[in-house]
Amino acid sequence: MEFLTLLQVLDSSLRLATPLLLACLAGLFSERAGIFDIGLEGKILAAAFMSAAVAYATGSVWVGLLAGIGASVVLSAIHGLASITLRGDQIISGVAINFLAAGLTVVVAQAWFGQGGRTPPLQSGGRFEPINFPGAIPSKEMADAGPAMQLYSELMSGHSLLVYMALLTVPLSWFVLYKTRFGLRLRAVGENPAAVDTAGISVVGMRYAAVVICGVLCGIAGAYIATALQANFTKDMSAGRGFIALAALIFAKWRPWYALGACLLFGFFFAVDNRFQNILLPAWSLSSVLLLTAFGLVAYVWRKELLDKIVLGGLGLGIAFVSALIVISAWSAGMSTQIKIPVVFIQSLPYILTVVVLAGFVGKAIPPRSGGVPYVKEK
Amino acid sequence: MDVMPKWADVVLVPLFSLVLAAFLSALLILAIGESPGEALKLMVQGTLLRSAGWGYMLYYTTNFIFTGLAVSIAFHASLFNIGGEGQAMMGGLGVSLVCLFIPWPHWSLAIVGASVGAAVFGMIWAGLPAYLQAKRGSHIVITTIMFNFIAAGVLNFFLVGALKPKGSMDPATANFPASTHLPTFEDMAQLLGFEKMFRSAPANVSFFIALLACVAVWYLIWRSPLGYEIRALGKSGPAARYAGVGSVKIIMITMMISGALCGLMAINTTQGESERLILNFTEGAGFIGIAVALMGRSHPLGVLLAALLFGFLYQGGAELALWTKIPRELIIVIQALVILFTGALTMMVRAPLERLFLAAWRG
Repeated sequence: MEFLTLLQVLDSSLRLATPLLLACLAGLFSERAGIFDIGLEGKILAAAFMSAAVAYATGSVWVGLLAGIGASVVLSAIHGLASITLRGDQIISGVAINFLAAGLTVVVAQAWFGQGGRTPPLQSGGRFEPINFPGAIPSKEMADAGPAMQLYSELMSGHSLLVYMALLTVPLSWFVLYKTRFGLRLRAVGENPAAVDTAGISVVGMRYAAVVICGVLCGIAGAYIATALQANFTKDMSAGRGFIALAALIFAKWRPWYALGACLLFGFFFAVDNRFQNILLPAWSLSSVLLLTAFGLVAYVWRKELLDKIVLGGLGLGIAFVSALIVISAWSAGMSTQIKIPVVFIQSLPYILTVVVLAGFVGKAIPPRSGGVPYVKEK
Repeated sequence: MDVMPKWADVVLVPLFSLVLAAFLSALLILAIGESPGEALKLMVQGTLLRSAGWGYMLYYTTNFIFTGLAVSIAFHASLFNIGGEGQAMMGGLGVSLVCLFIPWPHWSLAIVGASVGAAVFGMIWAGLPAYLQAKRGSHIVITTIMFNFIAAGVLNFFLVGALKPKGSMDPATANFPASTHLPTFEDMAQLLGFEKMFRSAPANVSFFIALLACVAVWYLIWRSPLGYEIRALGKSGPAARYAGVGSVKIIMITMMISGALCGLMAINTTQGESERLILNFTEGAGFIGIAVALMGRSHPLGVLLAALLFGFLYQGGAELALWTKIPRELIIVIQALVILFTGALTMMVRAPLERLFLAAWRG
């Protein structure tokens, strides 16, 4: 692969990772304080709609951004009310918020603009434009430039302000969570709220603060999608990003720097998926990787209980079967034939990797101890 | 006495939640410049006042009964199966393989085969997250969400690849052979001598299988030893373990039954309606199961009533989209409000209701 192609893919990875990163850090604050949030998706969607609608109506992207954050924080407040004050089920509340956003955005967009649940395209001024660093060259001249210039102009320069903001949010989150008193308390509320309460700090207050931070970050993520990545709102445009962010959060084991890595990795999968329609691998490499996985699973369950043998052994045999299919189909043409990797496999990789991590076979992910449990003060 | 009797709690809380949801939806309809009264009239006219409307409503209801029962049975074991969508998709795959590759002589045999296929595929798809929860402690909510996305990928893979007939552009399988087609309510009405009933409505015999499933789940949960163990585990894990209930076994069995029920939804949509496997045939029914289970208080009778209500809303919503400027997504808002009030804001709904009820009770 050419260096420039690689840069272009990385550039696109960064763009696609930005909303994931913001949403992932949003989830990080909420879950570190003990509030599970599967409503990230809904908040992103609501923010995407409000930011696009208001940016269109006012012509100012900044007002749009504020409106988007506002919409997201309102949903956060509902989640907080349900899960902190009323001690309801946090998962159910999150599910409700996702549906609320999915329905309301379309109903309101249809009533407001009458374009079938979309908002009109944003003109310049209503969008976050790319920022070109001094000395960066336009993409026309890119092919003739040296590698350092290509790196500078293609990958580093030319993103919208929100991309750089999202990247800065990572060290900021790390600092807030690990180097400030607020962060210590926030993490403590997610691990052992009773201890925090004993120290005279309001558990409810800390959790509301975390939920609001989560709302603000989701709001920026949504505004980025509708006013920087795209130039209007379309129905269901968050496209599962909230859930991928949740996956990235688990993949990152609830840590800010790991979150950056996880989101960039998942962004890279999407960029690869966007750019290359056909990913070809030689049949021998593909089938041997599959066979090794299958063999590993079977070896692992050899001395385990019957249930492990049935489930994981069955999975192993299934993988071995796929590998056998590849060998049979490639046999006549020689084992170095190129086999096409299905596009959907690349798209499903974030989810598959998250399940593997959750299963604890590769680095166990342990959630905050009091996550999902409403805090009841002793009377 | 300072709590409501159980019957009042079971009946009044969902009803009051529904009233709240309806009230907020009416405000929303007013806000977008339509009349809530007109909207309700249209919904009733298009759904309850003509037989084809019933035919559509019961078609949706069938889906929601299956997914609602699936979510309820998991709730009884304190498990949250949010993966109904993925399990239903895999169920669809099972139905198609059975219908396409086995030459069935008659629909009555085909539906048995297809049900087994749907249930087994749904079961496998719920079994993996169940195993990860039971043996590895992976949170079942997250794994089932991930499995929804993976199922969508798998379905996509087969529909643009191996199962798509040659030369076709649609991401769908070939049409199922005529001997697997299920009789619709229209066919059944004709058989009984009623012409022009349920005209071209999609409701079919799988509705009766859904009703059977309600009875079966009721028997399983409240009349069988297994149901007792499921409820025991749901009430208290440590207590159940102390009483000798194996949590690994119960989690596996409960989730696999749940997955099988979700999978069964596909006999209604895939074998009964589209008669081939298409993308997105689940249309979010796996998620509506959550609202149905919450509204129905995880009881099969409640699930049946809530599924009828949501069937009405879905068919009514289609009517609204047809005749007014209100988009179908209004129904999603109502669904969200129902989930919110019956599932997350129960305390807010119950407290004032309890005060009112007790004041009235004492006179």
